[in-house]
Amino acid sequence: MAKQIPEIEEYRYGFRDKDVSVYRAKRGLTREIVEEISRMKNEPEWMLQFRLKSLEQFYKMPLPNSHNSKWFSILPGKLDDLNFDDITYYVKPSERKGRSWEEVPEEIKKTFDKLGIPEAEQKFLAGVSAQYESEVVYHNMQKELEDQGVIFCDTDTAVREYPELLKEYFGTVVPPSDNKFAALNSAVWSGGSFIYVPKGVKCEVPLQAYFRINSENMGQFERTLIIADEGSFVHYVEGCTAPIYSTDSLHSAVVEIIVKDHARCRYTTIQNWSANVYNLVTKRAVAERGAHMEWVDGNIGSKLTMKYPAVVMKGEGAKADVLSIAVAGKNQHQDAGAKVTALAPNCTATIVSKSISKQGGKVTYRGLTSFGRNSAGSKANVKCDTLILDDQSTSDTIPYNEIKNDNIILEHEATVSKVSEDQLFYLMSRGLTEDEATQMIIMGFIEPFTKELPMEYAVEMNRLIKYEMEGSIG
Amino acid sequence: MTTTPKLSINHLKVSVEGKPILNGIDLEIKGGEVHAIMGPNGTGKSTLAAALMGHPKYEVTDGQVLLDGQDLLEMEVDERARAGLFLAMQYPSEISGVTNADFLRSAINARRGEGNEVSLMKFIRELDQKMESLEIDQSFSTRYLNEGFSGGEKKRNEILQLMMLKPRIAILDEVDSGLDIDALKIVANGVNQLLSPEMGVMVITHYQRLLNYIEPHYVHVIMQGKIVKSGGPELAKRLEAEGYDWVKEELGIEDETVGQTK
Repeated sequence: MAKQIPEIEEYRYGFRDKDVSVYRAKRGLTREIVEEISRMKNEPEWMLQFRLKSLEQFYKMPLPNSHNSKWFSILPGKLDDLNFDDITYYVKPSERKGRSWEEVPEEIKKTFDKLGIPEAEQKFLAGVSAQYESEVVYHNMQKELEDQGVIFCDTDTAVREYPELLKEYFGTVVPPSDNKFAALNSAVWSGGSFIYVPKGVKCEVPLQAYFRINSENMGQFERTLIIADEGSFVHYVEGCTAPIYSTDSLHSAVVEIIVKDHARCRYTTIQNWSANVYNLVTKRAVAERGAHMEWVDGNIGSKLTMKYPAVVMKGEGAKADVLSIAVAGKNQHQDAGAKVTALAPNCTATIVSKSISKQGGKVTYRGLTSFGRNSAGSKANVKCDTLILDDQSTSDTIPYNEIKNDNIILEHEATVSKVSEDQLFYLMSRGLTEDEATQMIIMGFIEPFTKELPMEYAVEMNRLIKYEMEGSIG
Repeated sequence: MTTTPKLSINHLKVSVEGKPILNGIDLEIKGGEVHAIMGPNGTGKSTLAAALMGHPKYEVTDGQVLLDGQDLLEMEVDERARAGLFLAMQYPSEISGVTNADFLRSAINARRGEGNEVSLMKFIRELDQKMESLEIDQSFSTRYLNEGFSGGEKKRNEILQLMMLKPRIAILDEVDSGLDIDALKIVANGVNQLLSPEMGVMVITHYQRLLNYIEPHYVHVIMQGKIVKSGGPELAKRLEAEGYDWVKEELGIEDETVGQTK
């Protein structure tokens, strides 16, 4: 049944529009650039100082390696190729900010059109803030949410309009000193979403943002902050696609989430970076008493992804769910996983990781489960499944466990499988081609993930996976 | 297609991992006919089924198989299926995350081809009706394909697929194994509903029991990878009553198995 393996060179969203940016920072990272970014955004002094302090941190901190980092005792490959001087740190796409779809610049609209955003919005969205290059150009929010007192805007706007909330929470979950990339983001961040959900308010439809970077060698450093106040519920959805570049591009976001007592927050991401993007993201949530944090995280594409959505369960009875899939193809490394920390009694964490590697791709599950001294009665269940599609592709599982309390339960289960000859034979004997049969097995494999997505994302996800898998089996 | 289906197997030889298992099978099955393939364990019955469907482990070393005049052995597994061949398997695979209904609809549409997909309502109506006739619970359609199914459920699922896909030639590989008598009747009833000049059937079985419910027109006994005896339904009855020893004696066979290390 051997067939030629056609390589996937063409990237689905690999179209590139004419550059319409108004301002573009020079390459490399200097104090002047950080000051310039802050000035262009009309930022208050405290944010400028925050950025400058973060820049100092960034200069001071080394890149993580196996000597200076316990977490990276086995370092993902390819990080050494990253040249911080070769990146543009800020691009402002236009002076104006679109309020309605009609006001959005034509070039940008065309790009969104290709991604089908307006239709999606009509059908489903509660509010959209679509990030194009570094700044939010289009933002729309349903009146309903506003009436409930929900704040959903880009983080730049939030700095100006909600200084009290920002000063109180910004940088508290992921401080600039957390890691080199968090420091970098803190110095040059731009865009991202800010959400505040008041006490007891339940947002019934997901809040969504689309991200997209479109300029050669352009870093994107969005910064997202979500505060779910006591007893509230919010589901935030973020989908990313990027066009092809000739040289490497860096995406280094920071996401901070505070889930207060008995609140619930779900954060869903699908990322589909083109194969030259470094995707180095710090995502962390703090869950207070009885709070429930869910990360649903899909990573497809990129050159190297290093992303470990974290939940610090600070209050008694807090819950954490991390559900992720990673797909690595040719020349790609997905180094992803989860970090859960229980600092209070009776916390519960569930980690489900599904990885697929193909055409020489590499997937690593890197996970931390940590139980503090006060975590009696807490439990964590970790399940990692990997599907390897050919002999060139690989997978690793690197679990770290820290246990400081005897009265806890930790379960870890890992499986590695291949698409079996018998499964293929079975499906093909019913008339499906080898490609269709393979796709069906893969779709089934990631079904625990896709079934958690809002419907239209599930459809998009299936489409992406199908596209990714075309001809990938010999 | 309105012509009567016809499967012609001519001098088929098959090896598994270099070991010859089938040593020249000749058989012709036409629409409307039910052929029973019987024989003790290890004589090559299931190899015949898997080789006809095209399992990659089974290597055809000689012979020819034509389905409606087309060279079956030149086709990929899925092409054989789309040409009208169906194999109800003894050990169907489990596919996690794929529901029975989704799978069946994909399989039906694969046969119908692009632009000619079955309408969802029509599909659901038919599926419900067939599940009812097989006394399968409604929840079946949303369960994952064979995952966690009992032996009996798997067999019923194979017959459900058979009923939904309506092949021209159906091979049933030990669908009776692991079934209690009630389940056996239901499964046989499902097959009988389909019997028509539009479909030919090859029933592979170890026991006569199934043949009380699916009545064969022809019975063939396989030993040492060959059809050593053929007859009508009365042959099956005699095998049930007397076992296989008299066949061995009559033909001077000492060891009826094939390709096994002893």
